[in-house]
Amino acid sequence: MGDAISGTPRFEMRGIRKAFGATTAVDGVDVSVAPGEVCAIVGQNGAGKSTLMAILSGALQPDAGRMTLDGAPYQPAHPLDARRAGVAMIYQELSLAPHLTVAENILLGMEPASFGLIRRAEMRRTAKEVLGRLGHPEISVDAPVGTLSPAAQQLVEIGRALAVGCRVLVLDEPTSSLSQADTQRLFALIAELKRTGHAIVYISHFIEEVKEVADRILVLRDGTMAGGGMTADLAPPDIVKLMVGRPVDALYPRSPRRRGAPILDVSDFGPSGATFTLHRGEIIGIAGLVGAGRTRLFRGLFGLEPVRTGRVRLGAWSGTAAPNERWRMGCGFLSEDRKEEGLAAALSVADNMTLSRLEGLGPGPMVFPRTQDRAAARWMDRLQIKSRSPRQPVAELSGGNQQKVAIARLLHHDVDVLLLDEPTRGIDVASKAQIYELIDALVSKRQATGDSERQATGDSERQQAEREPRAVLMISSYVPELLGLCDRIAVMCRGRLGEPRPVADLTEHGLMLEATGAGDA
Amino acid sequence: MKPKTIIESGGPLLGLAFVAIVFGLLVGPQFFRGNNLELIARQTAIVCTAALGMTMVIVAGGIDLSVGSIVALTTVVIALVLGADYGPIAAATAGIGAGAICGLISGLLVTRLRVVPFIVTLGMMLLVRGTAKGLSGERRLEAPATWLNDMLRTLEPGRGFLVPGGIWLVAILALAVAITLQYTRFGRHLFSIGSNERTARLCGVAVDRTKVAVYTIAAALTGVAGVLQFSRLSVGDPTVADGLELDVIAAVIIGGGSLAGGRGTVPGTILGAATMAVIQIGCAQRGLPNWVQQIVTGAIIVLAVALDRWRQRH
Repeated sequence: MGDAISGTPRFEMRGIRKAFGATTAVDGVDVSVAPGEVCAIVGQNGAGKSTLMAILSGALQPDAGRMTLDGAPYQPAHPLDARRAGVAMIYQELSLAPHLTVAENILLGMEPASFGLIRRAEMRRTAKEVLGRLGHPEISVDAPVGTLSPAAQQLVEIGRALAVGCRVLVLDEPTSSLSQADTQRLFALIAELKRTGHAIVYISHFIEEVKEVADRILVLRDGTMAGGGMTADLAPPDIVKLMVGRPVDALYPRSPRRRGAPILDVSDFGPSGATFTLHRGEIIGIAGLVGAGRTRLFRGLFGLEPVRTGRVRLGAWSGTAAPNERWRMGCGFLSEDRKEEGLAAALSVADNMTLSRLEGLGPGPMVFPRTQDRAAARWMDRLQIKSRSPRQPVAELSGGNQQKVAIARLLHHDVDVLLLDEPTRGIDVASKAQIYELIDALVSKRQATGDSERQATGDSERQQAEREPRAVLMISSYVPELLGLCDRIAVMCRGRLGEPRPVADLTEHGLMLEATGAGDA
Repeated sequence: MKPKTIIESGGPLLGLAFVAIVFGLLVGPQFFRGNNLELIARQTAIVCTAALGMTMVIVAGGIDLSVGSIVALTTVVIALVLGADYGPIAAATAGIGAGAICGLISGLLVTRLRVVPFIVTLGMMLLVRGTAKGLSGERRLEAPATWLNDMLRTLEPGRGFLVPGGIWLVAILALAVAITLQYTRFGRHLFSIGSNERTARLCGVAVDRTKVAVYTIAAALTGVAGVLQFSRLSVGDPTVADGLELDVIAAVIIGGGSLAGGRGTVPGTILGAATMAVIQIGCAQRGLPNWVQQIVTGAIIVLAVALDRWRQRH
């Protein structure tokens, strides 16, 4: 790393390596943080941040490398060990007991007690003192934590770290559930903690935020240090380039497309009053804020939620239809909620991929596991899904590979219309790039995807239609992705869907304004 | 397929081997004689048949507590039909049909009213038991003797097919259910519903229809168990098989089924049922009192599940 601040670092990691089976999660990572310094670690999902943090917190043991705390060896055997040594973690998902009071949470596991009875007065006093130090004496120490706002809960969590006298504070995506104002308050608190000599490790993938709060930035990519330096020396595009490993604009491929026949025709549909026509060889994007009603539109189109108003026409079929009918009409849906809905975690990769279309994997009502595995293996190969075998439970795969399994289901089914709800949410950048390429290939002139599969299922009737490109309707909260991939984009704002417009007429800034409703004025 | 099945059912197999060896040592080598093994098989047959249906229900994430009551109702219906001078085939069909109707009702209630299966089938347990008692006038119904009574009877030496017909019937049904679970669309749909119902719905699986079907099929299999129960009793008894559902569920759980759904196999279930039968017969032949048998069975259930969880983590 080289740019360690002079003097003994408060906390140091050297040559940390950790592998899971054949995959190396973290390899040769060095981190050092001085007292009173904020060191940010940025990286895409899957870059190895979580593994590094698990090692730091004692949840995982590194295969190689060493760690020191104020010059002394630091080898936590488990998270409690780390906490006792003075390293406290504040996780994305807060680990508080919602039914206990603020005071009880702050002193959880170290309650002052005599003869087994808790000295409540002392406990409340200590909790008050800690919250005072954090500059938030207004939080009642008697309130159940579950009744507090996310920001206040986070303060309680930080308070708990201070109460045990921690020297190193690790914040993992601390702002993900905070409002703008609360984020600023958190930053002020971090500045205060710096003054008291705490070393702070700040994990995030929001670059603007990191620029604001960190003294130094380290970029992690594919488990190794991709680079880093003092915050002042790094411009945001440089950081992105380090994170992604290539210039950003190369992420979105755009092969020649030709708009074909209309295939999904929607007018005044559902509460959003959606009106648009999707053609073959076209991608329409739907931008908007989370909760604007985008997912509801998709669920209505796919028959997962009842819709009473408006008209919809899919190919030759009119009106709403149940999911099994939609699949049969050649329409597939990718759920935004991979864990709870998109995939059956305990089932195998092959079962998940082929569930919507088990027909043709054996004679009559039969399904032959061999045939099923062969069909799945083909998609695993084509989408570069990293999995031991088609029989591996999908829960054991990484987020990116899981998402590719979910998308492979639509390809196995060989649908004409793909409804993709946040197709790249929470996956690593390499998988993102592959999914972008795949989506682009689906709407461009016929490519390899699907050819041999069609021969295998021997579905001659669909073969003619399949020569034509497919159509994609996709939701994304990440505007650059929509601008990079789509032909037209419609904005969903306050439950109403606007008219889709060609991307050439749109800018990221303009779309964001419209999505937040600021564009109306 | 073969070696994999053995590995998957490794836990249950180990459990069975363990209790068999223990009772083999306690009782002596005659424990493993042919006629004793046949006794075990006959003892298992009823629980096993009902457990085949229960395996499917549990794989789909459900449960059926009305099993014991359905067996009782089936024996009553068979006795009534035989008493009205219809033949044994008509009687057996009517008994199995009565079971299937109970399952159909359970399935419809679960899917239409969106009440959890535990509650629905708890209600059905009492409803069906009451119906059986009402139909029989709360007494045992005598019936004319037919070949139905011989299904689980030991064959005279030199006659027939090695084991009683009822055991062959169970074997054929077990094979059919195993194939259904592993090699048909219906079976894969059951696993998907039990594993994640929302995913199944998203993938176009007709969730409600599949659930109604599985409760109906399972209850029909329970009806077959009722036919076997009748063949052992040779009367229609509305109070028989009280608490049988717990033995049946235990067999599935010992065999690696998960009450959370998505897991369960036919070989495992059969091993589970056999384990319990070995304990029962072993205790009886050793002259151990009933309470010992209950303690051992209870311990085996907990151990089997704990072993299975441990195996999954490692």
